[in-house]
Amino acid sequence: MRRALLLLVGFAVLAGDIGLLAGCAGEKKGGAGKGAAGASGPPAYGDALVDGSIGDVSGFVSAVTSDQPSHAAAGFVFNGLVRYDKNLQLEGELAESWEVSKDGKKITFHLRENVKWHDGAPFSSGDVLFTYRKMIDPRTPTAYAEDFKQVSRVLAPDPYTFIAEYDKPFAPALASWGMHILPKHLLEEYPDISKSPLNKKPVGTGPYRFLEWKTGEKVVFEENPDYFEGRPYISRVVIRVIPDPATMFLELKSGGIDYMGLTPLQFTRQTETPEFKNSFNKYRYLSFGYTYLGFRLSHPFFSDKRVRQAIAHAVNKKEIIDGVLFGLGHEATGPYKPGTWAYNPNVKKFAYDPAKAKAILGEAGWKPGRDGILAKDGRKFAFTVLTNAGNESRAKTAAIIQQNLAAVGIKMEIRTVEWAAFINEFVKKRKFDALILGWTIPQDPDLFDIWNSAKTGPDELNHIGYANAEVDRLLEKGRRTFDMEQRKKAYFRIQEILADEQPIVFLYVPDALQAIHKRFHGIEPAPAGIDYNFIKWYVPKGEQKYTTFR
Amino acid sequence: MLRYIVRRVLLMVPMLVGISLISFLVINMAPGGPIGIAADLNPKATAEYRERLKAYYGLDQPLHVRYGRWLGRMITLDFGDSFSPDGRQVSEKIKERIPVTLAINLLSMALIFFIAIPIGIYSAVRKDSWFDRISTVAVFTGFAVPTFWLALLLMILFGVKLGWLPISGLVSLEHASLGAAGKIWDRARHLILPVLLAGFGGLAGFSRYMRSNMLEVIRQDYIATAKAKGLPERKVVFRHAMRNALLPVITILGLSVPDLLGGSVIFETIFAIPGMGQLFYQGVMSRDYPLIMGILVIGAFLTLIGNLLADVGYALADPRIRTE
Repeated sequence: MRRALLLLVGFAVLAGDIGLLAGCAGEKKGGAGKGAAGASGPPAYGDALVDGSIGDVSGFVSAVTSDQPSHAAAGFVFNGLVRYDKNLQLEGELAESWEVSKDGKKITFHLRENVKWHDGAPFSSGDVLFTYRKMIDPRTPTAYAEDFKQVSRVLAPDPYTFIAEYDKPFAPALASWGMHILPKHLLEEYPDISKSPLNKKPVGTGPYRFLEWKTGEKVVFEENPDYFEGRPYISRVVIRVIPDPATMFLELKSGGIDYMGLTPLQFTRQTETPEFKNSFNKYRYLSFGYTYLGFRLSHPFFSDKRVRQAIAHAVNKKEIIDGVLFGLGHEATGPYKPGTWAYNPNVKKFAYDPAKAKAILGEAGWKPGRDGILAKDGRKFAFTVLTNAGNESRAKTAAIIQQNLAAVGIKMEIRTVEWAAFINEFVKKRKFDALILGWTIPQDPDLFDIWNSAKTGPDELNHIGYANAEVDRLLEKGRRTFDMEQRKKAYFRIQEILADEQPIVFLYVPDALQAIHKRFHGIEPAPAGIDYNFIKWYVPKGEQKYTTFR
Repeated sequence: MLRYIVRRVLLMVPMLVGISLISFLVINMAPGGPIGIAADLNPKATAEYRERLKAYYGLDQPLHVRYGRWLGRMITLDFGDSFSPDGRQVSEKIKERIPVTLAINLLSMALIFFIAIPIGIYSAVRKDSWFDRISTVAVFTGFAVPTFWLALLLMILFGVKLGWLPISGLVSLEHASLGAAGKIWDRARHLILPVLLAGFGGLAGFSRYMRSNMLEVIRQDYIATAKAKGLPERKVVFRHAMRNALLPVITILGLSVPDLLGGSVIFETIFAIPGMGQLFYQGVMSRDYPLIMGILVIGAFLTLIGNLLADVGYALADPRIRTE
C-alpha cells in the first residue's frame, strides 16, 4: 500500500529523521527479506490491521502533500495509472497496458474498464486528463508539477485511452503516471484542490474506502468490496498516530497496534524475547536510501581526488554498520540499491586500509606534523563535518569516522545543526567542508538533479558541486531512452566513475525492519518490501481479533 | 472598580499588538519556512514552484505588509488558513484540540488542589513532623523526576505487564461499539495515567506554597488570639488560618488560566493525545505561521485576562486591598 509513496516521493524526500518528515513506520520498502508466513487456515475476510504512524496525515490529495504519512494513507484510497510491482518493474494499475512509440515521444495508456469510484461513478480517461490539468494548474500547490510540464500534448480519444506526448523522450515520465488519479466529477468545482473536501474525505478507486479521520488520533479505512483487483481480505485498516517511538513500541507489545517499523536496537535486542516471537513476525530487507559522507568539492583539501580516495580507504564502513545499525545494513558503493537492475556490483571498492590511506595522502603531499596531524604547505588537515541534529545514527556515524580519520592523521570536528538551519544556512549557502546526510534511492534510476553539473544553484541538489562531463552526458542519455539495456549501460558507467572519483564516500544502505502481528498471513517479502500485496494479507477465521466492527 | 477594570482591558489592546508583533518577527526570522518542508532537497521542486508557492501563501510580500494583513484579519477574529496541506482554518484546528487539553488540565489541576492543599496545611501545622518530612521528599521527587521517564515506567507496568490500563490515545478502537457507560469508562481509563502524571509533577510547587503561606499565617497575632480564647484547633486551623492562607491561591489560579489551554508537548507526545501542545509543536516544526500566531495570541490573551482576573479577585476577597 505504501507503493504510492515509492512512486510519488521517489527520491524527493531526503532521508532525514526529523520532525514531521520522520518516517519510522515509513521505511516499509524493498529488498529480499526473511521470515515467511506459515499457513494455519484458509484465507478469510474480516479483522483489522492497526498500523502505527509517528506523524498525522496532513491531507489525502497526494499531489499537494509531501509527508510520508499522508502519502501512505492516500495509497489505500487512490490508484495511479502505473505502479512498481514486487520486483520493482513498472506494471499497470489503472492502466491495463501501455505502449511507448518508437521515437519515445508518445505514451499510450489503455485504461481498465469497469473501474468505479467509491461513490459508484465510473472511472474514465476524463479523470486522467483532469488530474493532469490540475497538476500543471498554477493554482495547485503541488511540488510534483515538473514531470507533467514535460508533456507537450495530452489526448483522450475515448473513455479508456489516454495519450501523453513529449517533445523529447523522457524515461522517468512513465513512472510519473503513478500519480494518484483524482475524480473529476467531485473536484471540478474547486479551483484549488487542496481546499476541496476531497482532501479531507477522499473518494478514490483504491482497495480501501475512507471511513474517518480524527486529526492527531487516527485514520480509518474499510475494504472496498468492488475493488478491481479483488476484495481485500482485511476488512479495516486503522492508522494510529503515536508520535513517540517508545510509546509506539509499548503499544505494539501490549497489542494496541499490529504493525510498526523497528529500530536496529529494538530489532536485535528488545524483540528477541520468547513472548515477542510468539506474537510477532519480523521482516528485514534493504531500504531505499543510503547515508554518505559528502565533501564540498571546491574546498582546497577535497578538490584532490587522491585525498577523497584516501578518506574512502580510511573509513571503516563495516565498523559503522556494526556500531550504528547493529549489522543491519549493507555497504553502499554507489547511489543505487544492491540487487536492483540499475545497480552495478562491479565498481572499484575501497577496502578499509589505513596504511594505504596514509600512503595516498603522502603522495598528495600531506605529511604528518609534530602533533601527528597531517599538514601541507603549513596548513593542517583539519575540517568540520556537519550533520542534522536529532538523527542519532548520523551522529554515531560521524563519531566513528572521526576516530577512523584521526588514525590516519586527519582532524575532523563534528557539528550538529537543527534541520532548517542546517539546510538553509549551511547546505544551501555551501558553508560546509563536509557533511553527513542521506539520499533516498529512487525506483527510476534518473539522478540528473543530484549529479548534473548544472544543478548547483542554492536550491538545487548538487550541493557538493560535482562536475564531470562524461557523467553529465550519460545522465542525459539515460533519461532520453526507454531502452532498458541502454539505460543500464549508462547508469553502470556512471557508477564506475563515481566509485573512482569518490565525490562522496558512500557509507551504507540500512535495512528496513518491521514487526507484524503473527495472525497476519500471506506476507511475501520481495525486492519491493512487503506491502505490495497488502490486499492479499489475511487472518484465518479462528485468529481474528477485531470482530465487533460490523 | 469598574473604571479600573475598563482601563486595564483597554491597556490590553496595545499589549496584545506588541506581543503579536514580536512573535511575528521572531517566527519569521527563524531559519526555514513553510515552503522548505515540501521543497528542500526535492528535485522536482523547481525555482518556479517555490515562487508560486510563496505567492500562494502570501510570503512574497514584505514583512510589514504581511503583518498588516494578519492584524487586519485578526481584528475581525479571523485567524486565517493554516499552511498545512489540508488548508483548514486555524480557528477550526484549534477548536478541535481544546476540549481534550482543557479536560486534562482541569482534572489534573483539581487533583493538585485536592491533594496539595491538605498536604501543605498539615505539613505547616505539624512542621518538622515525620509527615512533613516524608511528604516533602515525596512531592519533590515528583517535581524532579522527568515525567516522560516516569510515564514510560507506568505504561510498562500498567499497560504491558499488568494490562490494566491502555497505554496511549484517547479511546480504544472498539469505542464506537460500546454502550454509554462503557464509553465513559473507556475514556476515563485512557485519562487516568496522563492526569495522574500531570498532577504528580505539579504537587510540589503548590503544596510547598500552601505550606509556607500557612506557616506565615499561623505566626500572626490573630491566630494566637483565636487559640487564647480557647477555640478548638480544628476551628483555628480551618476557619482562621486556612482561609487567609488561601488568599494567594487566587493569584496562582489567575496565572493558571493560560495553562488551561496550553498543553504540554512532552505529555501529549508520550501519551499520543491530540491536544494543543502537539498542535503548537507541529505548527512550529512545519513553520505554519498562521497557526503559530493563532495559538500565541490566544495564549497572550489568556495570560493578560488571567492577570486581570487575579487582581480583581484579590480585591474582592481581601478587604485590605480595596483601597478605593
